[in-house]
Amino acid sequence: MAEEKTDYGLLINYEYCTGCFTCMIACSQEHNWPAGMAGMKVIEVMEDLPKDKAYLAYIPFPTELCVLCAGRVKKGLKPACVQHCMAACITHGPIEELAKEMKGKKRTVLWKPR
Amino acid sequence: MSGKDSDVQIFRTTVWSGGPGCHGGCGVLAHVKEGKLVKIEGDPDHPWNQGRLCVRGLAMTQIIDHPDRIRYPMKRVGERGEDKWKRISWEEAFDTIETKMKALRDEFGPESGVFIMGTGRDIGAWICMLAYAYGSPNVAFGLSGNACYGPRVSACATFQGDYSVFDAGQWLPKRYEDPRFKLPETIMVWGYNIGACCPDNLFGHWIIDMMKKGTKIISVDPRFTWFASRAEHWLQLRPGSEAALAMGFLNVVINENLYDKEFVEKWTNAPHLIREDTNKILRESHLIKDGSEENFIVWDETAKATAIWNTTEMAFANSVKPALSGRFKVTLADGKKLWCRTAWDSLLKEVEKYSPDEVEKITWVKADDLRKAARLYATSKPASIQWGEAIDMSPNVTPTAHALLILWNITGNNDVPGGNVIARYAYDVVAYALPGAKGVIKLKDQALDEPRIGADRYGVFKNFYWRAQTDVTLEQIFTEKPYPIKSLWIQAANPLGALGMDLKQWREALKKVDFVVHTDLFMTATSQLADIVLPAATFLEKDSVRSWWVPLQTMKKIVTVDECKPDPEINFELAKRFDPDFQYKDLNEILDAIVEPSGMTFKQLQDQVYSYPPEGHPSHPYRRYEKGLLRKDKKQGFQTPSGKVELYSVHRENWGMEALPLHEEPPFSPIRRPDLFKEYPLLLNTGRRSPAFFNSEHRQIPWLRALDPDPTLEIHPETAASLGIGNGEWVIVENWMGKVRYKAKATKAVPRWMVMAAHGWWFPERNGKDPELYGIFESNVNHITPMGYQGKDGLGAPIKNLLCKVYKEASAQEPLWVPGDMEKKKPAARQAQAKKKKGEHHNG
Repeated sequence: MAEEKTDYGLLINYEYCTGCFTCMIACSQEHNWPAGMAGMKVIEVMEDLPKDKAYLAYIPFPTELCVLCAGRVKKGLKPACVQHCMAACITHGPIEELAKEMKGKKRTVLWKPR
Repeated sequence: MSGKDSDVQIFRTTVWSGGPGCHGGCGVLAHVKEGKLVKIEGDPDHPWNQGRLCVRGLAMTQIIDHPDRIRYPMKRVGERGEDKWKRISWEEAFDTIETKMKALRDEFGPESGVFIMGTGRDIGAWICMLAYAYGSPNVAFGLSGNACYGPRVSACATFQGDYSVFDAGQWLPKRYEDPRFKLPETIMVWGYNIGACCPDNLFGHWIIDMMKKGTKIISVDPRFTWFASRAEHWLQLRPGSEAALAMGFLNVVINENLYDKEFVEKWTNAPHLIREDTNKILRESHLIKDGSEENFIVWDETAKATAIWNTTEMAFANSVKPALSGRFKVTLADGKKLWCRTAWDSLLKEVEKYSPDEVEKITWVKADDLRKAARLYATSKPASIQWGEAIDMSPNVTPTAHALLILWNITGNNDVPGGNVIARYAYDVVAYALPGAKGVIKLKDQALDEPRIGADRYGVFKNFYWRAQTDVTLEQIFTEKPYPIKSLWIQAANPLGALGMDLKQWREALKKVDFVVHTDLFMTATSQLADIVLPAATFLEKDSVRSWWVPLQTMKKIVTVDECKPDPEINFELAKRFDPDFQYKDLNEILDAIVEPSGMTFKQLQDQVYSYPPEGHPSHPYRRYEKGLLRKDKKQGFQTPSGKVELYSVHRENWGMEALPLHEEPPFSPIRRPDLFKEYPLLLNTGRRSPAFFNSEHRQIPWLRALDPDPTLEIHPETAASLGIGNGEWVIVENWMGKVRYKAKATKAVPRWMVMAAHGWWFPERNGKDPELYGIFESNVNHITPMGYQGKDGLGAPIKNLLCKVYKEASAQEPLWVPGDMEKKKPAARQAQAKKKKGEHHNG
């Protein structure tokens, strides 16, 4: 099948990630992980900028446990984190397509988990 | 959706507590196998959340089958607080409560029973039903100054007749795609880290949806929040100075002529005359001997004479051109002559006191930042304001709300697409007495309302806010004046740890009252001081209706857990026992009566899960004041004494309160109390939301606790360094009320001059026995937050504007919680009934 040859990834538009942790718990529920484990980890980054300014970013990071919800995707569903993300800032798809989507967008990161 | 297992059934229902704890509204798909919830997901077809679901919704499987859940009714067998309990049957529980509470009613009157609820969840209707069947008007919301949402709702009822919220197209099934909806150009997010929570019946991330489409943000917050980080303008105000900043907005908007003159003239009471001798509104009764007190006067520029605004007709007798501005001499009924000015000029006189430079001194917001933000807001068409609990959590809440409401009105943003849209209950389905609206469930006899606590002192409580005033209630428990409080029915609320401030006082109060019943999902410090504890149900275990703006929604009973019972069922059974003439024979009958205005039966509504009112219905936007959809008489205008948005408030004048907005310092501010500020040089703020928890809930849910394991004090890195405090070290936060222990988080999220202490902290994994009470006195800022400093109208309290000092804890102690703790330790009360459970999580 085509999926076997395609490399899938997650495109995060972290301009809009609010740090709500939904991706983590959506994953923990989907894959039955105990507390503290999930295929996603949300990292808080308080960036120091000149003139006493700052920028607050949250970055969802796919961990060693991320399997890109292969089972759900096969059923035609979105990965659990993608569906539930409160800010709808995670997109799942073939990495070539996601790379194209990055064009012209600010504050994005494309992850390809293990 | 179809499960792989054919024996998994998927049900559509609505989230509304208990469980996630929140104000609900999200559509979910609950996966049930062999009578147990195995999974829950957001419903992709539901217009509200569009497939999304937050951490507390997604953690339902851990909540619903948690080993510590209260699963059976229990009665106390030791002393209060000894943590000795005996399982009893529902029949015994009902019999005991009936006997005990009827005896207290016979001896001390029905008003001696106080019914305490928490925040806006599926409890208001049912606790009112029970209290009213008992004959008591004393339903209390257990927070000092009732300082959450209700004060803003009451203020809106007072000044514009209806509540308004930011528009995210939530009234329309197609939402942002509906052509009637317009994207706001700017949203001013005021004291609300909405991304972390969904309070006040709004889905927080709707704002983020709109930002993606181009909406700009003005952030008003002392914290450098996510919104502040992305705002066009961020106004870092001093907590407690909100009204001054709002007045500063009005100052810029009016002086720079950025207001909508046509709206002001036509839809506000700006042209109504105010007497210069008394500073009160001029009424027809002042001019004409038998004139009405409820008709008001304008100056007709055409006739150069007064004209009467008849509030019954909602019209002048002839064609009139009311003057917006000016001083006019009028002749009173007794022939006396008197100078008057317009309400607009009176407002302007007040607003003039708040120049941006003056406002900078009060709020610490730079004058130029205020000017820029005010210009952006006023020139954005449309624009909306989203205000948060920071408004309520100051004793000056009503004037603050008045100023902000004037701002969205005079900029022409009231009930327009993309503005602040009037939030009506779908189909006018109102279950119970809410601020500004009376419902199906009411007291049998209005005379029973007479002894309601606080109604004699506070006009807004008498007229709009049909609750007992909380601070006065607590005081009355001790003074027993004018009558004693003998029983407390506490349901879906935790006054000893979450809602209550000055926790030691609440502990004494609970101990003093003769009979206490607590109904909840989990044992808390409050339950430890009760006589009877009843096991409540989550939203997945009950049939009920959710009527809170639009849409009208239902919940469906799809699982049951041991002997847990839904709040409506518990209260229905007792209501029948308390009131021999109780008019409903079963719960379904009352649910039908509640949803009746929708034209559906409860079952019909439940089958379709939710329903949106159609175009033309008063609960469907927009511009309803033009269409005659807001007033009972179907005339144009608003449901206020003048039928207009009241810049000068007739209600407030009648209640002996300031009729125009103004700033007043909170009681413990650096300006009001420089003496205290010397000893406690940091501003203490609290109440910031954690996405993991709903107030004091969810500390025992493993997935959620792991997200936010310790009570955190946010402190600026430089402030921390100057005090010798390292990131992650334990510190003591101290003020005149006591000390609490927190883990420092050095972060630029807070200014150098303020710390933010997480609220509602307790440790369900620890000893519940009094006085330890799960550690509620250890790391809960509520413990050093006062009761009894409510606003002059009984609303609002100084919860977010206190003072403190912070220092490093002398000796290192163990971390308060490590992952895995809560699985190992069980409170004594739970051990007796915790079922033998096989591993809750497998290791993947």
